[in-house]
This record gives sequence, C-alpha cells and structure tokens, in this order.
Amino acid sequence: MKQQELIPHLFRTEYRKIVSVLCKRFGFGQIEIAEDIASDTFLTAAQSWPLNGLPENPVAWLYFVARNKAKNHLQRISVFESKVAPEVKREFSDQHLQEIDLSPQNINDSQLQMMFAICNPAIPPESQIGLSLRILCGFGIEEIADAFLTNKETINKRLFRAREKLREENIKIEMPHLSQIEERLEAVLTTIYLLFNEGYFSMSQNSVIRKDLCLEAMRLCNMLVENKITNKPAVNALLALMCFQASRFEARFDQNGQPVLYEEQDIELWNTELISKGGYFLNISSTGNTISKYHLEASIASWSTQKDDTREKWETVLYLYDLLLQIEYSPVAALNRIYALSKVKGKAEAIPEAEKLKMTDNQFYFTLLGELYTGVDREKSLQNFREALVLTKTETGKQAIQKKMQRI
Amino acid sequence: MNEFILIFRHQDGNKIASPEQIQIWMKQTMDWIGSITAKNKYVGGNGLPFQDAKVVRHKGLVTNGPFGEIKETIGGYVIVRADSVEEAVEFAKGCPVLQGEGNSVEVRKIAGGDGVH
Repeated sequence: MKQQELIPHLFRTEYRKIVSVLCKRFGFGQIEIAEDIASDTFLTAAQSWPLNGLPENPVAWLYFVARNKAKNHLQRISVFESKVAPEVKREFSDQHLQEIDLSPQNINDSQLQMMFAICNPAIPPESQIGLSLRILCGFGIEEIADAFLTNKETINKRLFRAREKLREENIKIEMPHLSQIEERLEAVLTTIYLLFNEGYFSMSQNSVIRKDLCLEAMRLCNMLVENKITNKPAVNALLALMCFQASRFEARFDQNGQPVLYEEQDIELWNTELISKGGYFLNISSTGNTISKYHLEASIASWSTQKDDTREKWETVLYLYDLLLQIEYSPVAALNRIYALSKVKGKAEAIPEAEKLKMTDNQFYFTLLGELYTGVDREKSLQNFREALVLTKTETGKQAIQKKMQRI
Repeated sequence: MNEFILIFRHQDGNKIASPEQIQIWMKQTMDWIGSITAKNKYVGGNGLPFQDAKVVRHKGLVTNGPFGEIKETIGGYVIVRADSVEEAVEFAKGCPVLQGEGNSVEVRKIAGGDGVH
C-alpha cells in the first residue's frame, strides 16, 4: 500500500495554515471555533483516508473539507442570527458567506499576521509561546505540557486566558503598520528565540519534542525572512544564531541521552550544512546600521563552530560579549564574558572578576567558578561545583556538572 | 468463509489530539488494514463522520445525533473475511481504536445466504 508513505508532518504543517486563515476570517472572537474546525478536519481525514484510500491531493482535500465545515458553521450562525435577531440579518448576507480564501498568498499572509497577533506585548511571554506552539506549530496540549514540564490543566488554563486576552484587547489579525514593523518584530523575535531555547535547553526528556521546538522556531523565523516586509537584518541574525546552535544538536547528547560537554563533542557530528547556512544568514544580516543582540550572539555562536582555541577567537569573543552586555545586560552573558576573559588573560585574572559578580543564587555562577578553579585549586573547584549541583534542577544539568567534577 | 463487521466504538469522539497524533493514529490504521489486506481478508470499510449525523426515532422524530443522548459514538467499521469469529476477533485486536481507553471494537457476523439465518 503506497498510501502508507504519508508526507511527514503533513497534518502539522496544514493545521496552522487552516487555523490562521479561518481565524483571520472569523476574528479572534471565535478562535476556538477556528481551532475546532481544523481539528475536526483532521479527524475526518483520519476516519476516511485509511479506509477509502488517500485522496490524490491530500492538501487540497484538507482545504476542501475545512472550507465546507467553515461554510456550514457560518451558515448556522447566519440562520441563528436571522431568526433570533432579524435586524442584524443584513450583516450576515452574502458577504458573510463568501468563499474562505485558501490561496497560497492568503495562507502565507494569514500565518504572518497571526504571528504578530500572538506575539502581542499584551499577552505574557509564556502564553505567547504556548499559543504559538498550539496555533502556529500545531502541538497537542499534552506535547506543550511535556515541553514545559507541567500538566495539561495548567496549559489549558494558560491558553484559555491568553485567548481571553486576545479578545479583550480586541487584537486584530493584521500586519502592523510599516512604521511599527521593527518595534513589533522585536516581540516576535523574542518569542521565536524563547521557543528555540525552550527546545535547546528543555528539561523535557522527550528528545523528539526538544528537536521539534527548535525546528519550529527556525521555520517561523524563516517565514519572516521570506517575506519582503519582515526580512530585516535582525531577523537574519536570529536565524543565523539558531542555525549555528542547532548545528550541534546531534553532538550534544550521546546515544543514551546523556549530555556531552562541548569540549568532548565529536566534530564529525556537527551539521556542516547548518553551519554554512548560519554563515549565509549572518552575512545577509550585516546590512543596515543597527546591531541587535542577535547579531552579537550569532557572531559569538559562529566562533563556537570552530573548536580550536586561538587567541584571535577568544579576543574577538570577549569583545563581542562586551558589546552584548552594553546592549542588554544578562547574568548568563556576564558569566560567559568572564569565561572568554579567562581564555584571553588567564585564570588568575578571571577568578577575582568572577567572584565580584556574587550571583550566589545562580547555578552557572558556581559552575563557572568550578571551572576556573580547575587546575588551580582542587578543593575550591569541587566546592563550587557542589554548590552548582544544589541549584541545578534538571537531570541533564546535574549530569553535566558531575562530568566536570569527575575530570578534576 | 464468513464475513464479519468490526464496528469501532469511541467513548469520546471529541478528544483533543494534535494533528501529529491524529496523523500517527491514521498511519497505524493504514498499517492495520494493510496487514488484513495482505492476507486477502479485507472486504471493505468506511469512516462515519460525526458531522451531519441524525437519528430518526419512533414516529418520525428526527434529532441531531447521536450526541447528547449517548456519549458513545461509532466512528467507522471494516468488513473482513474470516473462517471463524475467533479469527475475526484476532483482526479486531490489532485495531488502533483500542489504544483509547474506553473504546471498543464490536465483532458481528454478517448474515449470509447460507440458509442458517
């Protein structure tokens, strides 16, 4: 049976398109209905395809069914409105029953607009990610709960509140005004990067979901690159950054799911295609006259794809961290800067610099000190790693620290 | 050789699944049917969409159904050829519908023209 060779991820890729188009058509007031119709369409396919054979063009079949279900829905509203409230009948005339536009152009536009609508500052960041996963990535409630290490009820509540907020704030599914694009893009990029990091540093033991999160983030970013209006330098920089990071995906964990430290990774497993893609987008991003944090992080990440410790490498990385901290201070960047400092000026100079930070509630602070003291003071090194172990919540994180302790 | 109908009963047809999960479930169904077909025991089958479902009752009363009154819904059926009900039951055991807790597959012999029924 040839029909078993289904296009991988067909349902997931089409889900977001159908929801975006329908939601744009219905408005956020009826976002659940748009989601229901999309889910229902897949259920119908699952009931019919295995028994009747795959349709010749599965995607067209899905659109056809979704469109019919949507039309039925609109008709039902129309009947209800005309019977219950005759005075508003005119609103639900032909215009309301017009075709659901499933042209490639409208599908793409709707998805981009949906991205801007969901990444609205009015909604808390974790809800933005949740909604993105559900609506733009077609994740199930269970999968989202797994990615966030929480239960289904929490995710359902979070999504419910986020949808309420979209309604309350009367957020429209539309492109922001051209003058606002850069500003609004910032929120979209933040969510995409959070989504990526959720996958890259996820506590979930499910490696398939971890990888999917990263790939979805890259896909969303790619959509922004492919659109003229949103193809800005910072977008390319973020895509470059994610390509560089993702290039080590296969090397970061061994066959048993244990983390492999950077220094011990097998370079053969690094994805050279992604590394050169990263270089390509980083190159494109270096136009215009603003440097975003993504530019700097991508440049740092590009150096990480070269394993050899050269003076040039660490001097440049140190300089990049200095710039990054000026744009946006973050504890992790400050700690990483000191690691680069130790590579350039030696541990003796880096240790007091690190201890000045006094981030005694930060696991990475103690991990860094543990590393800096390695080969300098065995006792202090072990003591810091032990502190780090106490603060580390994830199993993978703990394993990584224990590996470092074994090496002392 | 008799024909048996395997009826899929779903306890809750409205469970939220991700598109990916539905797709996996669909592939399993295809594999399952493929394995029956490979033995030349598959006769046919179909899905029964919940949409546009009606129930016609005594004295011509028509309701939207079967929702509301019965929670359980029939999602589809397949017809297989089998030498015995035991063989048909073995086919039914492989049905992916059974992965859902509370779901069941009913196995019924289809009346043939053998004079017995």
